[in-house]
Amino acid sequence: MDKLSRRSFVKSVGAATLAPAALGLPALAAAAEQAVHKASTPAASSVAAEKPLYLFFNAEEVVFIEAACERLIPADATGPGALEAWVPNYLDKQLGAAWGSGERLYRSGPWQAGTPSQGYQLPFTPGELFHTALRAINADLKLQGTPFGEMTADAQDAYLKSLEKGGKDLDGVPAAVFFDMLLKMTVEGYFSDPVYGGNKDMAAWKMIGFPGAYANYYEAIDKHGVKFERAPMSLAQNGHGHVHVDPNIPASL
Amino acid sequence: MPQKLKDVDVVVVGVGMVGSIIAKELAAAGYKVVGLERGQPRFTVPDFQGPSVHDELRFDIRKALMQDNAREAVTFRNQSSQTALPIRRWESFLPGTGLGGSHVHWNGQTYRFQENDFVLATKTRERYGADFLDADLTIQDWGVSYAELEPHYDRFEYLLGTSGKAGNLQGKIQPGGDPFESVRSRDYPTPPMKEHFQGAMFRKAATELGYHPYPQPSSNLSQPYTNPEGVKLNACVFCGFCERYACEHYAKAVPQTIILPVLLKNPNFELRTGCQVQRINLDSSKKKATGVTYIDAAGREFEQPAALVITSSFALNNVRMLLLSGIGKPYDPATGKGVVGRNYAYQTMSSVASFFDDDVIVNPFMASGASGTLINDFAGDNFDHTKLGFIGGAFVGAVNTNGRPIQYHPVPPGTATWGKDWKQAVAKHYNHTVMFSIHGSSMSQRQNYLDLDPTYKDAWGQPLLRMTFDFPRNDLAMAQYVTGKAVEIGKAMGAKQVAGNPRKGPYTTTQYQTTHNTGGTVMGTDPATSVVNKSLQSWDVPNVFIVGASNFPQNPSWNPTNTIGALTYWAVDQLKNKYLKNPGQLVSA
Ligand SMILES: Cc1cc2nc3c(=O)[nH]c(=O)nc-3n(C[C@H](O)[C@H](O)[C@H](O)COP(=O)(O)OP(=O)(O)OC[C@H]3O[C@@H](n4cnc5c(N)ncnc54)[C@H](O)[C@@H]3O)c2cc1C
Repeated sequence: MDKLSRRSFVKSVGAATLAPAALGLPALAAAAEQAVHKASTPAASSVAAEKPLYLFFNAEEVVFIEAACERLIPADATGPGALEAWVPNYLDKQLGAAWGSGERLYRSGPWQAGTPSQGYQLPFTPGELFHTALRAINADLKLQGTPFGEMTADAQDAYLKSLEKGGKDLDGVPAAVFFDMLLKMTVEGYFSDPVYGGNKDMAAWKMIGFPGAYANYYEAIDKHGVKFERAPMSLAQNGHGHVHVDPNIPASL
Repeated sequence: MPQKLKDVDVVVVGVGMVGSIIAKELAAAGYKVVGLERGQPRFTVPDFQGPSVHDELRFDIRKALMQDNAREAVTFRNQSSQTALPIRRWESFLPGTGLGGSHVHWNGQTYRFQENDFVLATKTRERYGADFLDADLTIQDWGVSYAELEPHYDRFEYLLGTSGKAGNLQGKIQPGGDPFESVRSRDYPTPPMKEHFQGAMFRKAATELGYHPYPQPSSNLSQPYTNPEGVKLNACVFCGFCERYACEHYAKAVPQTIILPVLLKNPNFELRTGCQVQRINLDSSKKKATGVTYIDAAGREFEQPAALVITSSFALNNVRMLLLSGIGKPYDPATGKGVVGRNYAYQTMSSVASFFDDDVIVNPFMASGASGTLINDFAGDNFDHTKLGFIGGAFVGAVNTNGRPIQYHPVPPGTATWGKDWKQAVAKHYNHTVMFSIHGSSMSQRQNYLDLDPTYKDAWGQPLLRMTFDFPRNDLAMAQYVTGKAVEIGKAMGAKQVAGNPRKGPYTTTQYQTTHNTGGTVMGTDPATSVVNKSLQSWDVPNVFIVGASNFPQNPSWNPTNTIGALTYWAVDQLKNKYLKNPGQLVSA
C-alpha cells in the first residue's frame, strides 16, 4: 500500500468532504450531533461506577453472568471487555423481554432431539433456558466448593470450556447449547447498538472502527484504502429524524 | 361458515414482487383484481425511515422483516429416513412477509441466466454425453428459451432501473462487461455503481490471471432514475444496511419504489393486508378453481370467488398452497412419480477470506447490497467440465455488502472462538479482510423434495411444508473446484493469508446461505415432470397460474430474481394476449 492509505480520511480528502452537510445531513442536525458527542465522551468516567439494574437475573445468576462475560470477551489494551461494555445488562434486558419469552420461535411439540442440521429443538424459551442452566451451574459449583465469581480466571476458563465441550446436562439443557447461546448473545450485546443496553459508549465499535448507524458513504466509497475516521453514531444519537420524502411518491395508503 | 364475498376477475395470492407486477398489469388491462397479502402494509415513508432502519440487532439477528415462524415454519430433514423437525428459528433462508414481500429486503443483485441454463439437460447431454450426469440428478429443460424471455428481462430491468454494464449487446462483446453474457437487446438502464476497494483489488487480480471481471449488476441505483411506470428512484449512498433491511432512500428497487404507487392508484385493484390465504377452492370436477378461502388478521374467514387465481406467494409458499389445495399430484421420491414438490433446489454457497496487513484498509461498512466486482469464468457451462466430474459452476466475486459487526467479524481459521485471542483477532482483521462470495448452482436430485408435514401445523391448524434436502455430490464437487480457483485470486491480490471455505455437507438450516429456494412447481413441456406449462399455467387446473422461483427446474449459478421478474412479465404476456382472450388450457399435453 502507498503512504496515502495510512493517512486519515479527513487529512487526505479534506474536511469539507466530511462535513455532514455535504453528506446529506442538515446542518442543524450536525450541530446537535456534535453537542451529543461532546456530552457523552469525556464525562464517561463519572459513570464508570454505575451498575446495571438487573430485572431478569437474580443475584446469584448475576455473579456467574458478569464473570463469564468477562472471560468470553476480556478487557485488555485492544478495547473494552464485555463487562465494561455492559453486556450483562444487554443479556438481562433481552432475556426479560420478548426475545427471552420466545419471540419468533416456533414453539409447538412434539419435541425430540434432532440432528445438528435441524437446529434448536428444545421446548425452553431463551429466558427459561438461562434460568434453568444457571440454577444447575450454580448448584454444580456449590458442590465443587468454589463459586464462579471467586475462581481464578484460568479456572473460570476451564469451567467455561467444560460447558462448551458438551456432555454436561444442566437440568435438561445440554451444556453446549447453553454455552452457544451465551456466547452468541455476548457477541450480540458487545456489538449491537447501545440502545439495547450493551456496547456502552460504543466502545466495541470504536475498537474496530465501525461507524454505527451513520450511513452515507457516497463520497467516501471510491477513496480506496483511506481510513474513515469519524466518531460512531448510535441510533439514539441520530435523533434528528431526517426523512427522505419524494413528493412524487405517495407516502402511504 | 366463511363469509362469501363478491366475485372478482382475478385474485392474487401474495402481494410481493411477482404479485404487485401481475396485479398492476391486469388491473391496468381493465380486470377487477383483489390482492391478498398476509402481512402488514408498509411504505418507504413512514415505515422504512432512519434512524431505526439501521439496527443490526433488530433486522439481521432478530429478523424483524421475516415470516414469523412462531406462526408458520417449515419442517426439515436431510433424508427421508429421518423425522423432519420444525425450523424453529430461521437461519439458512429468510422468507419475507408483508406488502412487497421478500423483495423489500433483498440485496438487489440482478443477474440474467444464460441461454444454456434454459436447455441445461439437452446441452449437457450434447456436450458431455448421456452418461456424464450422476444418475440421481433430475435436471431438465425449462420449456421456455432465453430468446423468448429476453424482452421480459429487459422490461423487468427497466422497471428496476438496474445499474450495470452490458457485456453482449446484440451479439457484440462490450469491453468492461461480462463476455459470457447471453445477447441483450440494450444496455442496462443506468451505469454501474461506484466500485468499492475490495472490488477494485479483485478486478486487478482477476485481470492479471486472465479472467473477465465486471461490475455486479445492481438494483441499488447508481443515479436517480424514473422508470417506465413514471416512478422515481434515487441514487444509493452505500449505507451498508441493505439486505435484510428496507431502504430509506428510495434507492433500492422494491415494489414500494417501482410499482406499488401506480398499482394502488388504480380503482380496479383492491389490496387487503393481514389476509392469510388458506387454500385455493376447486369445484367438484377438481379442474376449475372457484376462488380462495382466507382468514383475516382478526380471525374472520372469507371466501373470495374469482375467475382466475394467481399464486405469487414465494417459491416455498407456492408449493405449499398447491399441496393444501389438492392441485396437481404430489411427488413421491420412492416411485419418482408425481410433480408437486419435485425438483426442489437451492444454492451452493462457498466463500474465501483474504487477510491483509493493516496497511490495506477496506472500510467494509461502505457498501450496497449489490456492490462489487465478479467473474463468470467458472459459472454455468462457461468452462470445460469434461475432466471435472460435475456440471454447473459459480460466480466468484468480491461482492462485500456490509460490515455490520455482530455478523461480520472475520478471523483466520484456527482462531479461538472466544477470549482474548479471539477479541484481538477481531480487532486486527475487521478493516483488513476481503471476502469473496462463491455463488454456486444447485442441481435438482431425486431425493430432494417438498411435501406436507404429517405432524406439525401452523397457527391456523394447517400442515407445515416439509423440506427434505441435502447437497448433491455434484454440487459439493463444484464448490470444491471453484473455491480452489477463488483462493488463487485471493493470493494474486497479495493477501497475507487466504482461507477457502468450500461448501461441505450435510446441508444445515443453522447457517445463512441465501433465500434462493427454487423448484417444486416446475415449468416444462411434459405434465409427468412439470406442474405448470410453459405459460406458467397449471396443467391440472387451467385457471390457476403459479409464478415464482418455484418454476425453476434447477437453480443456475446466479441469484434468481431477475429471472423471476422475466417470468412474471412472460406470464403477463401469456395471460393478456392468450388466456384472458380465450380462457382454457393453453398447451395441450
Ligand atoms: C435477505 C435476502 C436477500 C436477497 N437478495 C437477493 C438478491 O440480491 N438477488 C436476487 O435475485 N434475489 C434476492 N433475494 C430473493 C428475492 O427476495 C426473491 O427472489 C423475491 O422477493 C421473490 O419474489 P416473490 O414475489 O416470489 O416472493 P415475495 O417477494 O416474498 O412475495 C411473496 C408474498 O406472498 C405473501 N404470502 C405468502 N403466503 C401467503 C398466504 N398464504 N396468503 C397471503 N399472502 C401470502 C408473502 O407475505 C409475501 O409478501 C433475497 C432474499 C432475501 C431474503
